[in-house]
Amino acid sequence: MSAILKGKEGTRHLLMGNEAIARGALEAGVAVAAGYPGTPSSEIIETLAGVSSQQNLYVEWSVNEKVAMEVAAAGSFAGLRSMCVMKQNGVNVGSDFLLHLAITGTRGGMVLVPCDDPGALSSANEGESRHFARMLEIPLLEPGDFQEAKDMIKWAFELSEQIQNVVMVRSVTRLSHASGNVVFGKLPEIEKNAFFAHEGPILDPIQGPMSSLPVVYKHGQQQKKLKQAVAEFEESGFNAYSGPPVPELLLITGSACFLYSKEAISLLGVEDRVGLLKLGTTWPLPPKLMEKYLGISDRILVVEEVIPFLEENIKIVAAELGPKIGPHTFFGKREGYLPQAGEMNSDLVIAALSKILDLTYEAVPQAYSARARELSGAGVPGRDLTFCAGCPHRASFWTIHNSLQMDGRQGFVCGDIGCYSMAILPTGFNTLKTLHAMGSGIGLASGFGKLAQFGMEQPVVAVVGDSTFFHAALPAVINAIHHQADITIVVLDNSGTAMTGFQSHPGLPVDAAGNAAPAIDVVNLCEAMGATVRVSDPFDPEKTQRTLFELFEFQGLKVLVLKQICALSPEKKAKKMFEVSVDENVCLGQTCGCNQLCTRIFKCPGLNWDNEKGVSSIDEVICVGCGMCASICPSGAIRKKEVA
Amino acid sequence: MQQETLPLDPYNVIITGVGGQGNVMASRILGNMLSRKGLSVTIGETFGASQRGGSVMSHLRISTGSTWSPQIPRGQCHLVISLEPTEAMRVLATYGNPHVNVLCNMRPIHAIGVISGDQQYPDLDAISTWITELSEACWFLEATTKALELGNPIFGNIMMIGAAAAIGVLPFDREDFEAVISESLPAEKRSLNLRAFDMGIRMVQSAG
Repeated sequence: MSAILKGKEGTRHLLMGNEAIARGALEAGVAVAAGYPGTPSSEIIETLAGVSSQQNLYVEWSVNEKVAMEVAAAGSFAGLRSMCVMKQNGVNVGSDFLLHLAITGTRGGMVLVPCDDPGALSSANEGESRHFARMLEIPLLEPGDFQEAKDMIKWAFELSEQIQNVVMVRSVTRLSHASGNVVFGKLPEIEKNAFFAHEGPILDPIQGPMSSLPVVYKHGQQQKKLKQAVAEFEESGFNAYSGPPVPELLLITGSACFLYSKEAISLLGVEDRVGLLKLGTTWPLPPKLMEKYLGISDRILVVEEVIPFLEENIKIVAAELGPKIGPHTFFGKREGYLPQAGEMNSDLVIAALSKILDLTYEAVPQAYSARARELSGAGVPGRDLTFCAGCPHRASFWTIHNSLQMDGRQGFVCGDIGCYSMAILPTGFNTLKTLHAMGSGIGLASGFGKLAQFGMEQPVVAVVGDSTFFHAALPAVINAIHHQADITIVVLDNSGTAMTGFQSHPGLPVDAAGNAAPAIDVVNLCEAMGATVRVSDPFDPEKTQRTLFELFEFQGLKVLVLKQICALSPEKKAKKMFEVSVDENVCLGQTCGCNQLCTRIFKCPGLNWDNEKGVSSIDEVICVGCGMCASICPSGAIRKKEVA
Repeated sequence: MQQETLPLDPYNVIITGVGGQGNVMASRILGNMLSRKGLSVTIGETFGASQRGGSVMSHLRISTGSTWSPQIPRGQCHLVISLEPTEAMRVLATYGNPHVNVLCNMRPIHAIGVISGDQQYPDLDAISTWITELSEACWFLEATTKALELGNPIFGNIMMIGAAAAIGVLPFDREDFEAVISESLPAEKRSLNLRAFDMGIRMVQSAG
């Protein structure tokens, strides 16, 4: 049995923030959970899926975040507790439905858990979900540590049922993907019965139909619900103050920034000068609580990540309370004490505090840090991002890049989100020329493919992953076919949502809980829509190139599906297809084709350049035996032998 | 439970390496051993894109008191466990201090800039000299080479954890390791992991 279930009430466990969130949902008696994979959120749904049969849960990896929100809302409408989970971008995807849902309201407790990625550690943006809480007029909670991540989720379900609306609990990478100690609560034994009551009058929130109509009346009701939430926030234990009764400076913070702030105050030894107000209920701010604490100091530092969301909301409250609490001086992002981009850490808080309190802080002796920087700066090579050894994407982009070069019409590739985004870097031969949201490569290609009337003759290629194809590419494909855009789509099918850890998607014969599920076939689907479709193996570069050239000849929408399982997939890992070796007598080294083609251009991490001998070699620790380098070696010096 | 003591509180450990070396697994095992002793443990780690051939660090904060932040502040690392030589240097540049201890696996993993010839990988003797200069105590181990003898380079991470037990700065031993892996690994995988742990202990003993 999973540790997440085994732990008894009162026992203490080391849990990842995402596991703590999942445990909180289980302690709340969640019945339906849906999401779309995205770092740093994925382990929440994975954890719940892993215990779904023991706990009578329905858990799914939905096709995208909007559908995930709809699936979760259906659970709530039928009286069950439901949760939907996604990374920050997912809230954008689902926001169209959310705007309606927030006015409509909910029945069974419904919690929305976006996991933001300040600093874009695993993202192509550092957008924030917090703004949606204000825009949608729903309560926002932000856990400040691992225990709170669990406890807050449980409370969020209760709050949602109390106000009959969706509640947002926002996590960040440094909580979701960090681990800490969590004391377990009780797992409830409750009956989960689903029934959707819909025969009552239109204005009856419990028995009537669920809709945002009549909008102005329902909107007013929604705002009353938000006031009820604020009343709860005034008393919430998730807001806490520590420090002197009248501090020189009041530091207001929340989320992971609470831990950074606490540590900064401790390292500077200013516990007697700085008060620390940690907020867990960050929107709407509870005015009585704010009056109490804004009243103890007239100097305020707000510590938060990226955009000054909390800071601006505090300034509004401070302005409203002005006659009671007097004027305040703010030290924050708008005043330049903290950056508005990138993630926070203790050192940034130390710098801000030192400036405000006029302190000097030296983490280590100046001579040491100068010497350490000098040695590492001079001697340590950078480590650029790269596709893994044996990654099918390296092989795919090798052929796409070479084909477009040989074609000679300055063709280009539009891309989107996945490991293959890295094809904008040297590891993918700088092949991607546009990189935006999920499915955007095909949407852009659809537009580029209609520019022939203005003289554009460049071949247009779009790449898309197999999971992304279902998530957001289908409407763009349909658009391109219907408008006869002349483009080639390459589906990089590596049999899973590889970047986030091989979650299932509709193209696979299995669901989130591991049960058999009908797979939707990309080839059949594209053919049925009217595309010209071919399939190849990226590890066969000759056939792949031939097929691409063949497709370039056709008019309209062409699809090439490149099928090869991800090198890190559980099926493939630790199973070499080939033993690869270099015949040193045949390797031409620097005199080969364009000078060390394999290491200088192809540069798979499984290859090495032997400086002494002037030949290429295979790193046995890294090579996974895909054999692609043997296919590209012009002199045939790289040999591959099938592993029995 | 008897309260464990730590040389410093919080005691800060960075496990560093390159994506694919089993760094995250090593940090979980170490964290679990210490958490079972009643200590408060926070682990900060980076997954995702940085995993693909990039540098991967796990920050462990170990305390008899409360939860600490998942990122160690500049200059505050007490023990570096490095699965790759240049990664130890990268960590020391930001988190090192004159009193830091370093355990370093000496098998290089070449970055693509080195493979392509755009950058040079430094001489291993030079790296040892630099690490020695920047630390109070250091141990250089051939964990990957030994792991290959066990049949899989991934065991290098467990050897480094065994080595960390042997230097004695943190309160855990072989029994704790056995207890943690008996919960997380299937029985057939335990004996090889225990052997790797023991080999790590011996490597420190023979180095010292």
